[in-house]
Amino acid sequence: MIELVSSKRCITCNICVQICPTNVFDAVLDQPPVIARQEDCQTCFICEAYCPADALYVAPESHTTVVVDEDELIDRDIMGEYRCTLGWGYGRKNNSELDTAHKLHQLPRPYET
Amino acid sequence: MILLSDHVINNISFLVSHSIFSLSLIISSGNIKTSGNIKIVSIKHETELQLATDVLVIGGGPAAAWAAWAAAAQGVSVIAVDKGFLGTSGAAAASGNGIMAPAPEDWNTALWQRYRAGQTLASLRWIERVIEKTWLSLPMVESWGYRFPKENGESVRRSYYGPEYMRVLRKTLLQVGVQILDQSPALELLLADDGSVAGARGVQRQQHRAYTVRAGAVVLANGGCAFLSKALGCNTNTGDGLLMAVEAGGELSSMEASSHYAISTAFNATVTRGVPFGWATYTDEAGNDLGGYINGRRDPSFLPNALLKGPVYAQLDRATPEVKAVIEKSHFIAFLPYKKAGIDPYTQRVPVTMLLEGTVRGTGGIRIVDEHCATKVPGLYAAGDAASREFLAGLSSGGGGPNSAWAISTGQWAGEGAAAFAKSLGVHAHERAVRQAGQTGLRSLSPTSTSFDSDAIVRGVQAEIFPLEKNYFRSEQKLVDSLAKLDALWQQVQGHPKQDTVRDVEHSRRAAALTAVARWAYFSALHRRETRSEHIRVDYPETDPNQRYYLATGGLDQLWVRRDWLSEAIASPPQRSAGEGSGCCFEQAQTELVGAST
Repeated sequence: MIELVSSKRCITCNICVQICPTNVFDAVLDQPPVIARQEDCQTCFICEAYCPADALYVAPESHTTVVVDEDELIDRDIMGEYRCTLGWGYGRKNNSELDTAHKLHQLPRPYET
Repeated sequence: MILLSDHVINNISFLVSHSIFSLSLIISSGNIKTSGNIKIVSIKHETELQLATDVLVIGGGPAAAWAAWAAAAQGVSVIAVDKGFLGTSGAAAASGNGIMAPAPEDWNTALWQRYRAGQTLASLRWIERVIEKTWLSLPMVESWGYRFPKENGESVRRSYYGPEYMRVLRKTLLQVGVQILDQSPALELLLADDGSVAGARGVQRQQHRAYTVRAGAVVLANGGCAFLSKALGCNTNTGDGLLMAVEAGGELSSMEASSHYAISTAFNATVTRGVPFGWATYTDEAGNDLGGYINGRRDPSFLPNALLKGPVYAQLDRATPEVKAVIEKSHFIAFLPYKKAGIDPYTQRVPVTMLLEGTVRGTGGIRIVDEHCATKVPGLYAAGDAASREFLAGLSSGGGGPNSAWAISTGQWAGEGAAAFAKSLGVHAHERAVRQAGQTGLRSLSPTSTSFDSDAIVRGVQAEIFPLEKNYFRSEQKLVDSLAKLDALWQQVQGHPKQDTVRDVEHSRRAAALTAVARWAYFSALHRRETRSEHIRVDYPETDPNQRYYLATGGLDQLWVRRDWLSEAIASPPQRSAGEGSGCCFEQAQTELVGAST
């Protein structure tokens, strides 16, 4: 579930408020958005992909809340992982050209006789 | 979790609260409340949004986007409304998908593969037109800016990255003038005097107000129903469209195909990407290999059976470096949770579970009655997972490639059909007298003032529909027991819906939709007394070759089912060459009313 809007990184663009499919965030005047309805988060990670400041952290735990440390997450450089993988963001080239899903059918499966 | 500062609470202006959907107007004095650290804003009644358009599309996934695009291409005005954000809502945006779009030289193979999977219930003609339409549509996606991978200089349009695909579709819709209302769940349809659909009504959850869109025709493309299981991207798919369609006079079909479960890890019980698990070894608590393979494919009921016995662990230790490279590149959403949790899935075993995907990967939905994806209700069209995919998959799963192709093709057919219908009404379509078709969970006829607890209703529905022993391994006794409990929940949602905030309004209605969909699913499952594809009846374990029908269903307080027998002959590959059409699946020889609830 969504656990953090990093106040150290947030640029208050409120894109996450607009794009969250389950309306988890509330905008706050001149401040970072708040996680207003954490229980509605479906752990789809898409807010991380849309955040231009890599300021959001969705913990993988989908049904329980966990305590996170903002500084540690910044140190691990994990908050922008999804966006980076997609190749979204200024100065990046989107990575959909690297999609190789169609090749999987050609690869042998285990236990095949 | 971040706390709301005092600054925010002090700066919220006071608003007058009205109940926007109840028959009785409720005016409360204190209209901004705080619950813990969260602000609660009452509904702004005085600012209801009123709009008019030729075609209204309800939904925010690929089917909705394609419907809106196709309608706009016919030169009509289009509004798309979605409960979330058109671009991030639904199952497709949250992941990646294969697309059933083989090159023409492989069409025949793909066609027969799908037909066989449908176990004599799929339609060759529909499979063929879906494949063809999808194949013809994908170059447009490329021209709009989506970059498909290349092989030998040729684009390979066989799969997509969900977020990027939906971003490109949204951008395209805005370019062709489609008006998009995000964060605006539609809650009910509007009907004209002649019974045709004339728009919809809903709430804007960030503006805290109701909206009405008057329209010449409406496309329901708001997804299937996964019962808030948190299956990846599916919590926006709560069956709202099915309830809206039935209230307006529409019918559903193949709702017994509603028991699709998908594997996920237990700690991240949301990313339902099964592909990497194709290279897993499953073990029990003690570490014993559970096997489960039949010639390289896992028996579909292996995991449900194993999970009923105890915890099951998976480790992706069968993946070769080549396989790892492909699945990490193309199914990276499946690896994000591992990376965040610091787990190496190739060397560490993790507990797994199964999440219900209901009619998202199952095939049940609104019954389509013609080639333009019209429903029984004039002016109402259905596309994507909201529609029954029985023509494509019978009662097998439409998950992944087939469903993504279905969204692309039925989205366009529905959009074109809706545009033509709207044009046929002429310029006075928006002046029609209309009535609101919504009832349960929106307005109560109950003489008492008892209200219901939406969250408790949802938990009650989930208790019947989630357990593998009830929904995966079905039997008459269990279905009857569950239906009795679901009927009791349906009685409860006849009470007064809580409507203090837009969230209350949305959740009250959602509770009604989930209850309704669960009842249609189990009532249909009760009346198909055989095991066929994903519909497993432990009391009727064989597939009965004589049961070649689609099971239609509907009704609100009184449920019904009807067998729509298939009249076309069972096709077999040698008797048919590529390009030939098959018989029309709408020419059903007879229908038979086989059941009604008490």
